[in-house]
Amino acid sequence: MEGNLALESGILAILLVLVRIFFLVHKVTTGHTKVWHKKRVNAAKTLVCIGSGGHTTEMLCLMASLDFLKYSPRHYVMARTDETSYLKVVAFENEKTKDAKDYFIRTIPRSRAVNQSYFSSIFTTIYSILYCIPMMLRLRPDLILCNGPGTCIPICFIAFLLKAAFICDTKIVFVESFCRTQTFSLSGNILIYIADNILVQWPPLKRKLKRADYIGQLL
Amino acid sequence: MDFKEKRLFVTVGTTQFSKLIETIQQDEILYKLSSMGFKEIQFQVGTGKYEQKEHQVLKLKYTPFFDDFLGEVTKSDLVISHAGAGTCLEVLHTGKPLIVVINEDLMDNHQSELAEQLQSDEYLYFCTCNELVETLDKNLKSLRKYPKPNKQNFSNYLNKCMGFA
Repeated sequence: MEGNLALESGILAILLVLVRIFFLVHKVTTGHTKVWHKKRVNAAKTLVCIGSGGHTTEMLCLMASLDFLKYSPRHYVMARTDETSYLKVVAFENEKTKDAKDYFIRTIPRSRAVNQSYFSSIFTTIYSILYCIPMMLRLRPDLILCNGPGTCIPICFIAFLLKAAFICDTKIVFVESFCRTQTFSLSGNILIYIADNILVQWPPLKRKLKRADYIGQLL
Repeated sequence: MDFKEKRLFVTVGTTQFSKLIETIQQDEILYKLSSMGFKEIQFQVGTGKYEQKEHQVLKLKYTPFFDDFLGEVTKSDLVISHAGAGTCLEVLHTGKPLIVVINEDLMDNHQSELAEQLQSDEYLYFCTCNELVETLDKNLKSLRKYPKPNKQNFSNYLNKCMGFA
């Protein structure tokens, strides 16, 4: 009898978690989380997913117009091997914030290297997800900004699960890369289920996904 | 046709794209360029293997990388580039006419997606190495200037999403 009770409550707990996750996915994909539910007074703790090469340049270009008093502090998360992006971020922050220095750079293991097969990337992704959990538990950002490098997938997933567990209330904003005019990237295709806002840079993508936003030329 | 001494800038960025350099070194193309009024061709060759060919009429110059990439673009009358999004954007922002050459040897080439879109918006022409001669015949003056983006758009959008506005 007691074994049955434990089993039943276990199943119940799993069901509850699944319901919560499906509820959130539904809320996100129907566009109910697009605009924040209340007026925000304090600065938003921002996590920026930085990827390789073109993604980094694009992201920093977008961020150039942001009011950093509103988006502070900023945590840049990037792959451990990415020296070039590191230098770009430091140069960008130095120019934009002068002495404020309200930013941090955090490095994580790569989830998928360029040209790595989809199959083996499953394992590297699991590893980088496990690596990111303690970091995300500590940070609990108000906003995640990402534009499609592999590093953003584990980060967004954990943020989503923490949101499902009522641990943090993170808004995920995904900007599809400028290169993508007709089809979503792999990251985009995954994030359409969990990102609160999806911004695309070309009208054909807006036609593909109703809840995506197109606000004209960004770059 | 004006007879100002024209300069062509060819760039492969950080990619291995010797085929583009070899294509432009062909007599047929060089003859075409010279008849268009070009006097100088500056190649940005990256780290790929290539042969430093000379030409009787045209001045051919080879450099691995430029610190002042934009300066090189501004000095030129036409840019022929690989299909990298970053390079395309940088050149388009200078308002110089641009021909993008797709590297067919790259697998999963979703970069042609961007080039196609930008061509259908008449900001540039794109082609493969084999089609370059015909593409040079196209009217480069009819290309539209790439508009400057309103940088504030993204900031306003994000502020609204976050509940700041």
